[in-house]
Amino acid sequence: MSETIDLVRDIIIILLLLSGTFFILSASIGVIRFPDVYTRLHAATKASTLGISGIMIGAFIFLYAEKGIISGKLILGIIFILLTAPPLSAHMIGRAAHSSGIKPWAADGKTRDAYADSIEKNK
Amino acid sequence: MSLQIIINLVVAIMWMFLAETYSVVSFLKGFIIGALLLFLLRRFIPDAFYLNRLWKMIKLMFLFIKELFLSNIDIVMWVYKPRKDFQPGIFALPIELKSNWEITMLTSLISLTPGTLSVAVSENNEVIYIHAMNIDDTETAIESIKMSFEKAIMEVTR
Repeated sequence: MSETIDLVRDIIIILLLLSGTFFILSASIGVIRFPDVYTRLHAATKASTLGISGIMIGAFIFLYAEKGIISGKLILGIIFILLTAPPLSAHMIGRAAHSSGIKPWAADGKTRDAYADSIEKNK
Repeated sequence: MSLQIIINLVVAIMWMFLAETYSVVSFLKGFIIGALLLFLLRRFIPDAFYLNRLWKMIKLMFLFIKELFLSNIDIVMWVYKPRKDFQPGIFALPIELKSNWEITMLTSLISLTPGTLSVAVSENNEVIYIHAMNIDDTETAIESIKMSFEKAIMEVTR
């Protein structure tokens, strides 16, 4: 009986770690594939958060089941990644990129940029 | 709201002393009893029942997590699509929220939704500029942000 529970637990840990690595891998492929800063920010900040939380939850369950440690640091890590990575850093990098004059990429060459338009208007 | 929290804590500590067991479990028991009392007497205490607000906050948190999952799956789909058939661009979203805290919450939520990323807030705090992966469905994005997020945030803060 306890062997099946162990097996299920191991499978859950493996799935969490694998999905985490998959999301991080996709994020890095996205950073290479996407055309400009803003679209790359989408990939780098969004997909990686789920990846990191997956790996951390996997590590948490592993540590608890195998060593009996309840690791508060991992939980804190997840919370702070969620609080900072997608909203904060993405916003700041996007803003910095925009104020240093990078235009959003467009497939047909026409940039659609309401922010630049409004700055232009207020001048 | 702060008055209700204080009443609740006082009831919890009183329960601990009455039961003469000074443990977390008895504190929690007292806390639940205090919350029940506040709920029953909510007509006579100023302000709305504060756990209502807590419940809304928890709901907002779950909304956060749901959007996080959706946006991740969405972006992974964009990554593995062979053709770059998206049309990125920045659009403006007029907002009704006023205080800094609310706007921070809203921009975070927008950054977590599939295909949108808040780039800047205008100086008079009236417009948020959002970079969208696919600008063609701007209308639906504005609609969903207005309907779900702004409402959820307003329920917590007002």
